Amino acid sequence: MSKFKTNSRLERVLKSGYFAVTGECGPPRGADPEAIREKGELLKGCVDAVNVTDCQTAVVRMSSLASCLILKEMGFDPVLQIVARDRNRIAIQSDILGAAALGINNLLCLTGDHQKAGDHPQAKNVFDLDSIQMLAMVKRMRDEGKLLNGEDLTRRPQLFIGAAENPFADPFEIRHIRLAKKVAAGADFVQTQCIFNIPKFKEWMKRVVDIGLHEKVFILAGITPLKSVGMARYLKTMVPGMDVPDELIERLKGVPKEKQGEEGVKIAIEMIEEIREIPGVHGIHLMAIEWEEKVREIVEGAGLLPRPQV
Amino acid sequence: MVVGEQKPLEEILKMIEPFDRLIIAGCKGCVAVCAAGGEREVRFLASAVRTARKAQGREIEIREVTLERQCDPEYVEQIRGFVYDYQAILSLACGVGVQYLAEHYGRIPALPGINTTFVGGAEKQGVWSEKCQCCGNCVLHLTGGICPITRCSKSLLNGPCGGSSNGRCEIDPQVTCGWQLILERLKELEQMDRYLEIIPPKDWSQSRDGGPRKIIREDLLR
Amino acid sequence: MKCFEEGIDGVFVAGCLEGECHFLVGNLQAKRRVQYVKKVLQSIGINPLRLEMYNLSAAMGARFTEITWEMTNRIKELGPNPVKTGRGREV
Repeated sequence: MSKFKTNSRLERVLKSGYFAVTGECGPPRGADPEAIREKGELLKGCVDAVNVTDCQTAVVRMSSLASCLILKEMGFDPVLQIVARDRNRIAIQSDILGAAALGINNLLCLTGDHQKAGDHPQAKNVFDLDSIQMLAMVKRMRDEGKLLNGEDLTRRPQLFIGAAENPFADPFEIRHIRLAKKVAAGADFVQTQCIFNIPKFKEWMKRVVDIGLHEKVFILAGITPLKSVGMARYLKTMVPGMDVPDELIERLKGVPKEKQGEEGVKIAIEMIEEIREIPGVHGIHLMAIEWEEKVREIVEGAGLLPRPQV
Repeated sequence: MVVGEQKPLEEILKMIEPFDRLIIAGCKGCVAVCAAGGEREVRFLASAVRTARKAQGREIEIREVTLERQCDPEYVEQIRGFVYDYQAILSLACGVGVQYLAEHYGRIPALPGINTTFVGGAEKQGVWSEKCQCCGNCVLHLTGGICPITRCSKSLLNGPCGGSSNGRCEIDPQVTCGWQLILERLKELEQMDRYLEIIPPKDWSQSRDGGPRKIIREDLLR
Repeated sequence: MKCFEEGIDGVFVAGCLEGECHFLVGNLQAKRRVQYVKKVLQSIGINPLRLEMYNLSAAMGARFTEITWEMTNRIKELGPNPVKTGRGREV
């Protein structure tokens, strides 16, 4: 874990021993580059890298690759996300080569939400590969210069490879094992699903550390600030794999509606401070969905500014 | 077996609208077992169609016939004697049967009376569920006898995904998470070490993705 | 369905009281089948009220008479089966 494999700023931050901060940008539902630039402005100086989602929740949005390029031009180190739902192995390998050629340094390999929940449920399923197979494929392209079929690439893509894992999905007993599989396949870093249940996250981290994974992969804890009681309830009941404890909802309820957002930011800062103390956590992944303006406040409030010079 | 469901009656009536002499052909195979197109269903449908026509003041002559199987040239040939006395055949067999009829009796339209849905089996009387995707390369020995291609909504070979919740699939709480079932079975069989292995990408060329398939058994040819 | 095809104006199916079927659940299965046929009648334009299922025991003579009157009056109001008139959908 000493030599740098890529030009990724995120890799440099993590390998230099700093607690990393990554953010997220959701692209617009239109051919509008300004929408990305506006979000980018809000994140400037607050993050080491910024993820761009790939038609998240199976809803059509501007492509992750295009949005990554716009953010790169603004000086960011973007994290390209590719889901297995929409592209086969041919298209994915092609996009990887394209991304690397454009100077994108980070890639997150994901399964993707099923299209049934999205805005085009009649679409054909792809899922040619799963996220673990994708990780192995990218690693081979980068480290051996080979395509999935074993043939040589003319130039290797230099990508810092990431995966996602959800400590709160079922069955709980295998979630750390699944992480181990992703690490074995080739993940350099992992971003978790957003955490609200800290005790459960601590339990997962303990299992992860017990099998020594924290020394093989950089783990970034997912954080999402709650805007309101409504949002908390929505996440709790409508989003699969999300664990929102009732105490959090009660805490938000105990505050007048106009103040709930402020309380949500406070909660996020407290959670970051507590999570930083957990052994094996190397950073946070801040997903302030449609609330990017709060990122600076949260990162600053948690004492994570300024971001390091690497 | 192949499982299907009769098309809505309105759709069938629309399909047979131009015809006054019609064969309704059932099948004693899979569709009889799932009560979609067997002899009983042929009788009922023929009666319903006649009733509908009479109510409109129109007549229709329906020949009811139920073949042993419609996926076999030998049985499909059995109606050659009278088939061209009619204007169309409404087949209540699966898509295979409809195509066989169309191929053998190309001068009149062969119409599908059922929507062929999946390959599966009965859970109990009246309930059938999908079990097999006919991927052409069975890996059930690796997953405790539960098919990840079929039972996992995303066909993951290295599941479960992060949307598995309480043993339910993210697409519908009525759908069991296939990988939850696989893990439970692997545990029961004491094969959890299998789970640590990464299953490589599937060769989809052996499934329908590779084009329509054919099997030739040299040892059985005459 | 055959009855309606041949022009019968109304049909009622009599089954045992629920929970007291001689064949245990035959009356429940009959109920489901009657529901199915009602749906089919609706889709071919025949009023599903022409078909009904009633539950009563063999000893309930008075109830039987009641049902017979009920159905007869209902069918009288609905008029002849469209199969006889050929005038198209009544629903």
